[in-house]
Amino acid sequence: MDARIMLRVDGRERTVTVDTRTTLLDALRDRLAVTSPKKGCDHGQCGACTVLVDGRRVVSCLLLAVAQDGAEVTTAEGLADEEGLHPVQRAFIDEDGFQCGYCTPGQVCSAVGMLEEAKQGHPSHVTEDLSDPVGPETLDDDEIRERMSGNLCRCGAYVNIVAALREEATS
Amino acid sequence: MIPFDYRRVDDPAEAVAAVTGHPEAAYLAGGTNLVDHLKLGIAEPRTLVDVSRLGLDRVEELPGGGLRIGASVRNSDLAAHPLVRERYPALARALLAGASGQLRNSATTAGNLLQRTRCDYFQDVSTPCNKRVPGSGCSAIGGYTRHHAVLGASEHCIAVHPSDMAVAMVALDAVVVVLGDDRERTIGLTDLHRLPGDTPHRDTVLEHGELITAVELPDLPMARRSTYRKVRDRASYAFALVSVAAALDLDGDGGPDAAVRDVRLALGGVAHKPWRATRAEDVLRGMPANEDSFRQAAEAELADAQPQEGNVFKVPMTRNTVVAVLRDLAARRPSGGDAR
Repeated sequence: MDARIMLRVDGRERTVTVDTRTTLLDALRDRLAVTSPKKGCDHGQCGACTVLVDGRRVVSCLLLAVAQDGAEVTTAEGLADEEGLHPVQRAFIDEDGFQCGYCTPGQVCSAVGMLEEAKQGHPSHVTEDLSDPVGPETLDDDEIRERMSGNLCRCGAYVNIVAALREEATS
Repeated sequence: MIPFDYRRVDDPAEAVAAVTGHPEAAYLAGGTNLVDHLKLGIAEPRTLVDVSRLGLDRVEELPGGGLRIGASVRNSDLAAHPLVRERYPALARALLAGASGQLRNSATTAGNLLQRTRCDYFQDVSTPCNKRVPGSGCSAIGGYTRHHAVLGASEHCIAVHPSDMAVAMVALDAVVVVLGDDRERTIGLTDLHRLPGDTPHRDTVLEHGELITAVELPDLPMARRSTYRKVRDRASYAFALVSVAAALDLDGDGGPDAAVRDVRLALGGVAHKPWRATRAEDVLRGMPANEDSFRQAAEAELADAQPQEGNVFKVPMTRNTVVAVLRDLAARRPSGGDAR
């Protein structure tokens, strides 16, 4: 069963006809040639396909494209602008936050979403007291690790990813 | 994945009409469990009715101090909600202990309740499973049982319900509001999920087409002194081996050995449903709030536990977690912070 949908991907309006079974990840990669979101596990367990939908980080492999009709989708590709890389991308480079790079676009999108959640005051599992104020500046290493636990890195670049986000959270 | 039609509706009654009487139609909300099941071949609906835009995405105060949580409220938003953090910290804690940041941003309140077991055999269509194919047998019994039930299981199914959120809600006396074809009804959350018996393919008492529209939490002052603790194989992003949600109300100022005036206790990771520990609660009321009482209560709840070969550890783990959680709650000031 086909459906015609419109997505705003990295600032560009894209219209495409998809089979209703198509995930957002497959629509982006295979139909729209937006290949920065990666297919890792395809079951929502690894985070490599993380994108921002309407500003929130989500795993695109568990969303049906047809259900996202009209959504604003930002991938790692769309985070940079004319002035250069997004600060989180810059921090990953500064701190050497990757090795093979496969998980990196998902890590970066997840980090951008995560920092926004912190900005909105969202607590996490390791937040000591739920009544304490939360902001990017309150994110210690434990907070960063917990909030980024949905993104796996099989090279094990976690130490430098945490360093990159510590830099970014406190900047 | 078999082909299916997709329908987006914007009204709850329209959604119910689209699924009731259509056995091959199913609701789609956040999709974090259902889309995976479509891929795995566990679910094969011919029509998906998208219920994520029904205007059920608000958290509202009820007259008298409770909360009404719309079915489509995302898990992340519910966990961060100021009134949930203040009045029902166990619920915020349970939500934050579940899944990952990305999944909590997609997953909805009703979808979380209706998610299905992560039993390895249920999720592997090449193995017999009474929950997936009634009458085909249970591959878990005698198999890999680390994550399976120790309470309320049957010879047909030993799967556990995977939700964290539901365990806290069961402890907090939550009520589910359900819209059907011809009526709206409310169901106490303790009665929503079933024990497996000889019909483990039915997770809940809902009829096909019934739609959860909201979860209501009653005003429960003691819930301000509540928490949720999850024991799992990894520090983050793993399902519970055992979890405990509890709220505690002590006599007077709650000094050492003050009597337990009231208590709410529920267990996760141990049964086919979020397990309200009423036996333990009954033991505790009126007892001094000390370790002996907590242990006695936990042991009463676990008296009928029947572990499998691979999860014998769950019985002492549950007992010890109950004791630890109640001990921590008893040590807190009644209206103090929620620091663990």
